[in-house]
Amino acid sequence: MKNNHRFRRAAGAALAASLLMGGLAACSGSGTTANAGAEGASAEDIAKALDTETTLTVWGWAPQLEPIVEAFEAKYPKVHVNLENVGTGNAHYTKLQNAVKAGSGAPDVAQIEYNALPQFALSDSLVNLKDFGAEELKDNYTASTWGSVNLNGGVYALPQDSGPMAMFYRADVFEKHGISVPTTWDEYVAAGKAIHAADPKAYITNDTGDAGFTTSMIWQAGGKPYTVDGNTNVSIDLQDEGAKKWTGTWNQLLKDDLVAPITSWSDEWYKGLSDGSIATLIIGAWMPANLESGAEAASGKWRVAPMPTYETGAAATAENGGGGDAVMKQSKNKAAAYGFLQFANGPEGSKIHAANGGFPSTTADLESDSFLNAENAYFGGQKINEVLVQASKDVVPGWSYLPFQTYANSIYSDTVGQAYGSKGDLNDGLKAWQDATAKYGQQQGFTVTTK
Amino acid sequence: MGVMAVYALLPLFWLVVNSTKTQTSLFSSFGLWFSGDFALWDNIVGTLTYNDGEFLRWLANTVLYVVVGAGGATFLATLAGYGLAKFDFPGKRGVFAVVLGAVAIPGTALAVPTFLMFSQMGLTNTPWSVIIPSLISPFGLYLVWIYALESVPTEVLEAARMDGAGEFRTFFTISLRMLAPGFITVLLFTVVATWNNYFLPLIMLSQSTWYPLTVGLNSWNAQATTAGGEAIYNLVITGSLLTIVPIVGAFLFLQRFWQSGLSAGSVK
Repeated sequence: MKNNHRFRRAAGAALAASLLMGGLAACSGSGTTANAGAEGASAEDIAKALDTETTLTVWGWAPQLEPIVEAFEAKYPKVHVNLENVGTGNAHYTKLQNAVKAGSGAPDVAQIEYNALPQFALSDSLVNLKDFGAEELKDNYTASTWGSVNLNGGVYALPQDSGPMAMFYRADVFEKHGISVPTTWDEYVAAGKAIHAADPKAYITNDTGDAGFTTSMIWQAGGKPYTVDGNTNVSIDLQDEGAKKWTGTWNQLLKDDLVAPITSWSDEWYKGLSDGSIATLIIGAWMPANLESGAEAASGKWRVAPMPTYETGAAATAENGGGGDAVMKQSKNKAAAYGFLQFANGPEGSKIHAANGGFPSTTADLESDSFLNAENAYFGGQKINEVLVQASKDVVPGWSYLPFQTYANSIYSDTVGQAYGSKGDLNDGLKAWQDATAKYGQQQGFTVTTK
Repeated sequence: MGVMAVYALLPLFWLVVNSTKTQTSLFSSFGLWFSGDFALWDNIVGTLTYNDGEFLRWLANTVLYVVVGAGGATFLATLAGYGLAKFDFPGKRGVFAVVLGAVAIPGTALAVPTFLMFSQMGLTNTPWSVIIPSLISPFGLYLVWIYALESVPTEVLEAARMDGAGEFRTFFTISLRMLAPGFITVLLFTVVATWNNYFLPLIMLSQSTWYPLTVGLNSWNAQATTAGGEAIYNLVITGSLLTIVPIVGAFLFLQRFWQSGLSAGSVK
């Protein structure tokens, strides 16, 4: 298993290298196929397409896609869906980028996370769903997820899952040591010290440096390090007030070794979540299903509370992960593909998604009584959705990712990760990350300004 | 020496121990000793039947890639290496330079360009996209070349020619036997390389029905890292154990043929 992880890391580096090559092509090819309007279809066209013998290829790794596809095929028997799991995260994007570059082989529909969406949208690989009337769906989704699929005046995906952040914590650990559950970041640091002092094997949380976590934390602190103007003007400022707020908190934890040096999603991590040596997780609202299957032994011991804030009583959170489904420009069945999106990311699909452990992005589901009042046995009967739904309303608005965020994330460990290893100042790491990211952006033909 | 043995054997020991645990006891017990129910059999059954038995399908794919890819690569490398060692023709120095250069380029670096080329030919997402690149083994060719220079005496070939044997007959009936330790070594290398091949199939294939074990197991592993995904580390670990069994078997089997000195004393 250990080997397996090392192996994955090596493969990840290689993937990043090939993403780099893919990114180049995406840029040089942009602008040649843009003819908005010509690809759109009316509601009748879409209905007709769904009643015609068609085969759609869908690339995605979310386990919820399988039951959604089954229900879709049952409703539209003439459309056959080939659901292919070509890999998770970066592996998936590399393949997608390769297919875009090769000019063939891309699926009709692809699952794309919010942080990777700009890369494909701004390189003109995705269909602008406005041409299909997607704009009318705006009120169906939470503000933060709709903001994430709205790029440069277009709608490039329909939101599927969302991950408003909350604090998952081990009630038993806090109780055992008589430590109160933190509500602010200062209290969180204090609790971190108290837990580690009471039990040297226990930590307030784990972190070995994770790009998605870092950007989410800066988001929560009010930082807006990335701004994109038009297709090619990008500015990066990883030293803005928000970024500094976060490093101010996190540096204290790293300096005193209060964070477990365990990489998220590793087997060690699940072990820590099971035995209580990791006492809290600041993570997206989709986490409950993973806890239930990955840390079965800790059933009844976890609870959910709002994410700690910088000021007492000022609710603020961010999105962590989550994504939607997009129609690829290469698709030859765009109307049917959009029909699939309407089903998968609309009321019918989102119910199936939520029933299979996903956290919805649709306001109707989030506000339904049955969802809000569901008592979760794993969380000792707590109505966790009340906390998580409130989190989805408290997401700080105005965030945006880079058009080359997947690359930026892939070099995170070489830059900010160094600060973790040496227990140095995270700000130095962020500066190095900013420089390396900006350099790459310029090579890709973007005009990048940094502060 | 002891440290080396521990370093080499500990991961294997870990793998054996942990493939006997259930998903739950995996995370609640000490990693280097047995604990909880002895679930090895359940894990093996689970591995072989999970998701309609896709593990068996991946195993069959891997065997196909190894037999055709590694077998073909060894055959081609032996033919070419022998030819280069024993025959003179114009441009040999050029071939030498190309082969040496090719040894230096890692396959991973070629994967994406190969993908683009295969995409043009419509071969991606087919078994051919994994098999064809596996057929080329510059290192194997070089090894046979060097080995043939030393182990196949030109005098023996001349004697065969005098007796009226054609070049192919000489190759298959006489030279091949003398080359045996050389091409068995190449076969071992290519079998292991193809069995463990990860990046190329990852790039080329998008349908899990054509995955080899490496890519398939990684997709199981990745399942635990996605929102709402089911963690099946116990099956990943057991699957990894099952995956190394045939390769260990192949090694032990091929070792029997690893005798040298067949041609010793043929020329005096």
